[in-house]
Amino acid sequence: MTKDAERLAKGLHPLERKILPHLKPEGTLAELAKAAGVQEVEAMRALQWLENKGVLKIQSKERQVLVIKDKGKHAAKEGLPEQHVIALLKKKKELPVAEIAKALPGYDKQAVGPVTGKLKKLGIPFITTKDGKPAFKWIDIPVQANPVEALLQEAAKRNWKVTIKGTEAAVKDLLKRQGYAEVQKQKGKAYNLTATGKGLAKVKITRKEYAEKLTPGMLKTGAWKQTEFRPYNVEINVPKQAGGRAHFVNEAINYIKKVWLDFGFQEMAGNHVQTGFWDLDSLFVPQDHPAREMQDTFYIDDPRSGELPKDVHKRVKAVHENGGDTGSLGWRYDYSDEEAKKNMLRTHTTVLSAQTLDRIKKGECALPGKYFSVNTVYRNEALDYKHLFEFHQVEGIVVGEDATFENLKGYLSAFFKKMGYPKIRIRPGHFPYTEPSAEVDVWDPEREEWIELVGSGIFRPEVTKTLIGKEVPVLAWGMGMERIITRYYEIKDLREIYNNDIEQLKTIKAWLR
Amino acid sequence: MPTITVSKKEVLKTLGKKLSDEQLKDRIGMLGTDLEGIEGDDINVEIFPNRPDLLSQQGFQRALASFVGVKPGLKKYDVKKSGEKVIVKNLPKEWSYAVACIVKGLKFDDQKIKEVVQLQEKLGMTFTRNRKKGGIGLYPLEKISFPVTFTGKKPKEIKFRPLEFPREIDAEQILEHHPKGKEYGFIMDGWKTYPVFVDDKGTYMSMPPIINSHDVGKIDETTTDIFVECTGPHLRTIVESLAMLTTALADMGGKIYSIEMVYPDKKFSYPDLTPKKMRVDHAYINKLLGLKLTNAEIGKYLERMGFGYENGKALIPAYRTDILHQADFAEDVAIAYGYENFKEVIPNIATVGGADKFETFCDKVRNLLVGHGLLEAKNFHLINHDAQTKRMLLNFNTIKVLHPVSLEYDSLRAWIIPSLIEALQRNKRYEYPQHFFEIGRVFSKAKPADKSDTGVKEQVRVAVALCGEDADYTAIRQVLDDLLTKLNVQAVYKETEHPSFIPGRVARVYVGKEAVAYIGELHPQVLANFDMTMPIATFELNLSVVGQHLA
Repeated sequence: MTKDAERLAKGLHPLERKILPHLKPEGTLAELAKAAGVQEVEAMRALQWLENKGVLKIQSKERQVLVIKDKGKHAAKEGLPEQHVIALLKKKKELPVAEIAKALPGYDKQAVGPVTGKLKKLGIPFITTKDGKPAFKWIDIPVQANPVEALLQEAAKRNWKVTIKGTEAAVKDLLKRQGYAEVQKQKGKAYNLTATGKGLAKVKITRKEYAEKLTPGMLKTGAWKQTEFRPYNVEINVPKQAGGRAHFVNEAINYIKKVWLDFGFQEMAGNHVQTGFWDLDSLFVPQDHPAREMQDTFYIDDPRSGELPKDVHKRVKAVHENGGDTGSLGWRYDYSDEEAKKNMLRTHTTVLSAQTLDRIKKGECALPGKYFSVNTVYRNEALDYKHLFEFHQVEGIVVGEDATFENLKGYLSAFFKKMGYPKIRIRPGHFPYTEPSAEVDVWDPEREEWIELVGSGIFRPEVTKTLIGKEVPVLAWGMGMERIITRYYEIKDLREIYNNDIEQLKTIKAWLR
Repeated sequence: MPTITVSKKEVLKTLGKKLSDEQLKDRIGMLGTDLEGIEGDDINVEIFPNRPDLLSQQGFQRALASFVGVKPGLKKYDVKKSGEKVIVKNLPKEWSYAVACIVKGLKFDDQKIKEVVQLQEKLGMTFTRNRKKGGIGLYPLEKISFPVTFTGKKPKEIKFRPLEFPREIDAEQILEHHPKGKEYGFIMDGWKTYPVFVDDKGTYMSMPPIINSHDVGKIDETTTDIFVECTGPHLRTIVESLAMLTTALADMGGKIYSIEMVYPDKKFSYPDLTPKKMRVDHAYINKLLGLKLTNAEIGKYLERMGFGYENGKALIPAYRTDILHQADFAEDVAIAYGYENFKEVIPNIATVGGADKFETFCDKVRNLLVGHGLLEAKNFHLINHDAQTKRMLLNFNTIKVLHPVSLEYDSLRAWIIPSLIEALQRNKRYEYPQHFFEIGRVFSKAKPADKSDTGVKEQVRVAVALCGEDADYTAIRQVLDDLLTKLNVQAVYKETEHPSFIPGRVARVYVGKEAVAYIGELHPQVLANFDMTMPIATFELNLSVVGQHLA
């Protein structure tokens, strides 16, 4: 116990040292500050440190204070009205009531009434003068110090706020006077020592001074050799300070990109605004497909429509109408150029894959080739806890003569292992531009459940032969990234991902895969 | 995608074997339909749009039975001649085709009627695109006298009592007052005449694709024989609809009788349930799937999916409308083979990967700004028009989207700073200073020189916003100076005017001759417009342009 107390004493901050001799088993902050000769905020800081060390407990106490108002302040300077009157009466020996007002410099007439009351109470006789006016008559009464005046003088020294303790009679008197003072409730702090604290109080604090800071001067002169530094309490918390950082979604995106780059994939980039031609027609989505309807797609108001690429447009139109040269029957309808030209916000990044296939034909991209993107797509939906109108799609294609359905499973399985999902399963699915199509579920080992995450398949010949110019198998997949994000960061409401809440951005864990 | 409800009891009866719910769930998922759940007798299952033939209890259980190996191969349907005729003439050009037939010997009960209504609704919703590509009608045969005529009439001439309506009204009133008229009336916008079925006695039977007559077009538990018709603007679509409908009715126990459709210039008999023959490219299928199946195995798998298979050719049932190419056989073979049985193989395709150059550049900018202790924000590209213009004391046209569901997000952003101010506004309850940056895309109308196929110009910019008592020109300038120094770009600052900034505290930044940034202290009125009570110093730098100047 004593040893602990001594070690504790050694590590005290100068401020703590200052207040320590003045600590009582119980006391208030105000008293302590006064006794130690420090500011209340300083004493409070020291008390908090000592509380952290288990020396004492701080309590919040509500106390009543008397706050002096304007009239009270005036009286403190000029004297109370009754004192003025008494002084005058003593001089004149007789004072008509009508003249009292004149005797009160700077007071209004309303002060007269209370003053007469006071004088009567003091036992000063009230008479009628010879000419029939009511008046006071002086008798030799012992003049005592007025406790109210003493209270006001005390308040003047204390910024017009005083505690009520011990001066109750004077306070009562003062409160009766209108506009002189009022009682306010004030939150105050008090403390009481713990057993440790009582032990500490017994330890003799050495007067020896510790150094607070290692200064450049000490280093220059070598004074540090004779210096003992005050030990800190290195176990307590310090104020939080957050550094700058990338958005947590971008941290995840960068990781996902890195996985595909490690697999030898090339990143695809392109515009967010696309024509219906590239976004849908080139992928053999029929022009009357329900997904094209207004409620799902953001169409652009102005410019309402774009331009169609010459050569590839002709081939896409043919494949829709009659299968073109792909060996397909096609959709067998009249293809509308007007529909194709409509500008929209891309509904999927599969549009980038379609444009990559077109670039392969032009010799701008490699064949065989593997391509990916992690980027924004749009859906015209109301923003709520499970819907976003902008989100990210992870897209990938593998273009190669020898690519097969088994490889699709191979790539996705390898990717998800790196994302923390040890196994996948695939089920038949449907997308207008893939055949065979597959839905991919991944196994979440923590929650022990399958999650539906990916749409995938092999692009239809109507897509590949039309865009590349020859029929090369193209494995393709697309998945919403936000589902991966919310699960990793344990976010329940999708809106919280893009709310830019400073507290969240500062404190959310890093992407640690 | 539509979800249908089928009866588990009936499914199991057709399968003829006992399957647990778990086994059923597994098989339904692997058939190529998406099981939503089994509750009591209800199996709720989502049907993909390429398989409208599965939209009925009968179609679904037919496919499932074949898939689990109970009744594989082509299912044959017998069609006899009814000898009846439907005369097709004087139709509106927008709705010029009709096909019809008769199904007899049905035993309707509550469940069966529910099944027929479900099929009719779901086909209408998906395959015929909310009736825009076709309408379907069923009538008790005994209430109709042949020959029936399908013809166009002026709206005022058409008068009958529509289904579940208290009285007889004309066509215009139907579109105005009947629930189905209100729902689908838009299809007939601008038509001079409306198509109607009229029987030999002159009774109006229906007005496709809106509504049947209550008097002669309503089937109930007493109905055994029915007249079925499909009408619309595309012959193929309605022929296929009729095939799906009649085969489902036949599976219910009905017998199919054809009707002769008499068009002014030709005659056809429907339904036509003859399977189509198509050569199977076995090598193609094996290559795509990465398998080495024999022709016989492929044939067996096709039969599991309900196809016939003879001499290397597939017989495609009339209700299978999704077979356009060999790839479609490949998928069905894969399903029958079992998706779960494919191996996971990484192919030996050597390629050189790489990140997009510009994205890599943006990453560098991101790292440099993080070094300044800034937090990266990520806002939507869609934002409110007024937030970018009026509230910033500006007036210009942004790129707006049509009919946005959220009116708060009605246009693509032309600049990033308003997004950052909105983010700061949402963080008012936290302590200051608050410093954000964002790298993102902005949108404006393209000029011919921009060579944009959509007419929209897209550029990437970075914006930094310092917010707090000490956020001033010097502080923000220090960030931009440092960034440009490290990007090795020589920039010149020139005094300028910009309504969003305090006059005299805003500069335009040039790299070479190109203006690349605005930098300054935001105007107090702008801050007031966003309800901000802290100064903001900010810049927005065009990375698309700066990227081209990199040494």
